[in-house]
Amino acid sequence: MSPVLEVRDLRTEFFTAAGTLRAVNDVSFSLNEGEIIGLVGESGSGKSVTGFSLLGLIDAPGKITGGSVRLKGDELVGMAQPDLRRRRGRDIAMIFQDPIATLNPLLTIGQQMEMALAAHERLSPRASEDRCAEALERVGIPSARARLKAYPHEFSGGMRQRVAISIALLHRPAVIVADEPTTALDVSIQAQIVTEMKMLAREFGVAMIWISHDLAVVSGIAQRIAVMYAGRIVETGPAAQVLRQPRHPYTRGLLDSMPHATAPGQALRQIPGSMPSMMALPPGCAFAPRCAFASPACTSVPELTEAAGRSWRCFHPLDQPAQEGITS
Amino acid sequence: MLAFIIQRALQAALVMVVMSMIVFLGVYAVGNPVDIVIPPDATIAMREEVIRRLGLDLPLWKQYGIFAWNLLQGDFGRSFIYNMPVLELIGGRLPATLELVLISILFATVTGVSLGIYAGVNPESRIAKLIMGLSILGFSVPSFWVGLILILTFAVHFGIFPAGGRGETVMVFGVEWSFLTANGLSHIVLPALNLALFKMAMMIRLARAGTREAMLSDTVKFARAAGISEATILRRHVLKLISIPIITVFGLELGSTLAFAVVTETIFSWPGVGKLIIDSITVLDRPVMVAYLVLTAFVFVMINFTVDLVFALIDPRIRSGRQKS
Repeated sequence: MSPVLEVRDLRTEFFTAAGTLRAVNDVSFSLNEGEIIGLVGESGSGKSVTGFSLLGLIDAPGKITGGSVRLKGDELVGMAQPDLRRRRGRDIAMIFQDPIATLNPLLTIGQQMEMALAAHERLSPRASEDRCAEALERVGIPSARARLKAYPHEFSGGMRQRVAISIALLHRPAVIVADEPTTALDVSIQAQIVTEMKMLAREFGVAMIWISHDLAVVSGIAQRIAVMYAGRIVETGPAAQVLRQPRHPYTRGLLDSMPHATAPGQALRQIPGSMPSMMALPPGCAFAPRCAFASPACTSVPELTEAAGRSWRCFHPLDQPAQEGITS
Repeated sequence: MLAFIIQRALQAALVMVVMSMIVFLGVYAVGNPVDIVIPPDATIAMREEVIRRLGLDLPLWKQYGIFAWNLLQGDFGRSFIYNMPVLELIGGRLPATLELVLISILFATVTGVSLGIYAGVNPESRIAKLIMGLSILGFSVPSFWVGLILILTFAVHFGIFPAGGRGETVMVFGVEWSFLTANGLSHIVLPALNLALFKMAMMIRLARAGTREAMLSDTVKFARAAGISEATILRRHVLKLISIPIITVFGLELGSTLAFAVVTETIFSWPGVGKLIIDSITVLDRPVMVAYLVLTAFVFVMINFTVDLVFALIDPRIRSGRQKS
């Protein structure tokens, strides 16, 4: 089966007055139909910019400067904006972190859904309302038709995110980029949304890129994980394997710094230092200055090593399992 | 909603009572009109007689009481100078100011908001920079100077528009309007432009700032990610998101321009209320001053009230917030 989305050496740069910032650096991955990949990293690692790049939504001074994004076989990089617009929402959609910010507070849910519907389909008002109500029902919103007349502030946080999800699903896209969709929600609601998204992905065969800094959430939904650091994907592999046996010291650091990787009463094991400024990346491996295993070799960029369905960029890959209690 | 309207109406009534007192006291403190009304060679007896007739011999609280009582019955008193009912005097001048101010504010808002949105959407473009440059100019150049330059350029040098006056008027609903005749319209262009410049500059700034903020918001990003076109995003999302500050300023400007278009009216000898109030201050025509200021307060209260209602129409959060309280 050919992948529904294939990203090769994607590169997105921002040309600011202070210098050029390479937010996405030779990122490659692919997604099969219905597959969920977790894109994990600290804030500022380029996860979200990667997501926006896939939809061609990079505003000046940013620009996609290289690589390729193939969606259902069609090249999106370099595609004219009007053509790209016709793809957005229909073939590839996006969900954001905070639904209170993404939904317009001054318009009803119905108005916003119909706007998204009308972007790609011409329907009678009647048919359009039916479709919207149906879409709301699908994400588990009770008395959907009546709720179309409600405003975003009349929904709870979890319900608002469901509305956003239903808008993203309106045209049954092949791929959804979910940018931290549960971060702004209560933990109990998070689990609900994760379960629901998993179900919807299976039901409609939607492939998903789940962007998150939270390994625990990602481990609950993604089949594969890609770990990003300073604009590069440093490690990918099946979720369970990456969590059980990280090969890149950075992935290991992320796992170790999760609260339940530490016995109660002990200080959390943080990764020493902080992410370098994207303006002044160290030569070679960007993680080297914070890495316990760094050697002189790390001043050049490590090639991608691939083995048994996994890949990593490291001169000193780890081979012991991570601490107990992380995998679930 | 009804509770809100009643609450605001009571507030408005209170404001009006307080304002009428302040105005009455303030005008009382400005000076004694008797010296101006009565010829210097009048006898003491004549003087006493005038003072009694105008009610100026009564204690202050009694004067205010009579004034307030008459006011409630719609009687604003008689002008000392023109010896005619104040309401008639102001009413005769008001249409001139009204048409001038409305035309200039609507023009300023429509062009200012359009230019501002353009500049907000394309902040780096050359046209946007030109627009912003013009708006700084509109802010910083004094209004009276612009008025003089407009007259010099378009009336004296090119002779396209008349330099002053109201031109021909036509009677509609018992009121004289000049914007309905071609000649009257040509008279209104320069003063309206003069009044509009500053407001247009302000609207440009407001619309641009709001648009820039809205364009960077997650709402717009989400709409783009759903494939909604830029034109639809501007029309249905951005225009609504930026409307609240614009309506606020629109209301404030409408009120203050209606009341104090004095400079422009003077330069273009436009026979509006602004000129009337300045004239009555110089001759201490107390009833005209008091009535004018009370009416101005009333106009402000009404405009603010309307603006609040419009907010509630636009923003559902305001509506439901009020239902709860």
